[in-house]
Amino acid sequence: METIVLPHLPDHHLHVCLFVKVHNAQFLRQQLLDGNVDFEYAFLDAAVLLSRQHVLAACFRAINDMLQDRLKSKNVHSEIVFSLSPNNNISDSFRRFGVSEITTEILAVKVGNDQMQVEEHLRKHVEGQAVPFTDEILTSIRNEARIQRAYRVETSSDQADAFIIGSMALKGS
Amino acid sequence: MTEPTSLSLSACSHLPIPFNTSPEPLELIAQGAESLLYKTTFLFPSQPAALKIRPVKKWRHPTLDKRLTRARILAEARVLVKLSGEGIAVGGGGRKVKDPKKGNGVVGGMRGLVPAVLGLDWEGGWLVTEWIEGGTVKEAIYRVSRARTMGGSGVGLSGDAVVEELRGLLRKMGEVVGKLHACGVVHGDLTTSNMMLRPFGTASPQSSKPEGHDEASAQLSTGPAPDVDQPKSTSRSQTSLEGDIVLIDFGLATQSVSDEDRAVDLYVLERAFGSTHPREEELFACVLDAYAHGEGSGMNGKAGKTVIRKLEDVRMRGRKKSMLG
Repeated sequence: METIVLPHLPDHHLHVCLFVKVHNAQFLRQQLLDGNVDFEYAFLDAAVLLSRQHVLAACFRAINDMLQDRLKSKNVHSEIVFSLSPNNNISDSFRRFGVSEITTEILAVKVGNDQMQVEEHLRKHVEGQAVPFTDEILTSIRNEARIQRAYRVETSSDQADAFIIGSMALKGS
Repeated sequence: MTEPTSLSLSACSHLPIPFNTSPEPLELIAQGAESLLYKTTFLFPSQPAALKIRPVKKWRHPTLDKRLTRARILAEARVLVKLSGEGIAVGGGGRKVKDPKKGNGVVGGMRGLVPAVLGLDWEGGWLVTEWIEGGTVKEAIYRVSRARTMGGSGVGLSGDAVVEELRGLLRKMGEVVGKLHACGVVHGDLTTSNMMLRPFGTASPQSSKPEGHDEASAQLSTGPAPDVDQPKSTSRSQTSLEGDIVLIDFGLATQSVSDEDRAVDLYVLERAFGSTHPREEELFACVLDAYAHGEGSGMNGKAGKTVIRKLEDVRMRGRKKSMLG
């Protein structure tokens, strides 16, 4: 569990936890579908995440859009999932970047709240192994083909980071 | 760069959300007619970033002001993202303007030759890009120009060696402009202050060491052959023109593949260069030569020569084609 404070957004701490070998994705997804308020997290499929920078760019955009009252989805957490997408289709973004029934690597992001509480709640309900949220681990679990498909790039996504983050920032323009 | 001007919280109140309440340092680096440029951080406290803000213009009608700000922020960001996706994105990174007259198709892509877009808000009127280490090409040329004046005395570089280095730098300028044009973009404001000379080894924003780049470039430079009396590493980096040229400030850039627009782009650079660097003016031919023939240029075919021919016309009449305005 790591708490990240984005520059310029000191009041919106991000509590981030990366889980591998998760085997109750179906349950977690169901909580989101049911709108269970105890499960207000951004559950991201870590296989389509490029780097810490990639994730933080999505978080910055979602929080900024929340501050300006222009969320396109239900709350800042679903907006983080949506922000990762290069296009405007919300359900498509959930399908590509959100947790599915068979997801085994999940990055959980919570905006605000108490770190202890978040950590305790996540560890209790996510059945998986918590690992550090590092670029190295993200690289080891990423699914190159899925990233290339999601962002319509044809070279290794390592070279495409600028294009990918730029496309996310331009989304909706 | 320029002397940092740290702003107090109250001085930030005119900035858009979320920068108006930010505890991060925001150093005003430059102020143009349209925008303010700050050096700050974004996404990581350790990663410097360039924040460009287009403040509200109170004398304009609010609706018009919003529209213009939005259009300009987006035009700049779209060009930068398009360039970063060149040769990477399926369908060519929005390469809708495909050049039918492209030379022999040697386009290495512009990734790393323009700053990466990290975030933007077209309603708030801001754009954050990667921070480019190093100084402007203008500063670099001034620096070696001074060394040239002093001749061999104390600086350790003979006049001829300096001119050779300058030629190399100008060739790199021509090549990068050639690549840009081959990608279907004209810059619109090419000057030596809109080109950065980024020392080798400081490219990735996350691995860059903001303080150590002078040393890094000194270590990496292989040293020019006529390096007569082996100067200290500090004075070496003082006169070294090694590094990658990175184009910045795409606020006036447009997507175009027309020879006319490309020629005007070169003409603007030629005029700006002549007035900024009068002592080096006769070397400008290197830029045009590398543009049309250079190895790394995307214009090293027929297309490049056509543009250079067009440039002769533009020189005769000036930048504006229409005589009506």
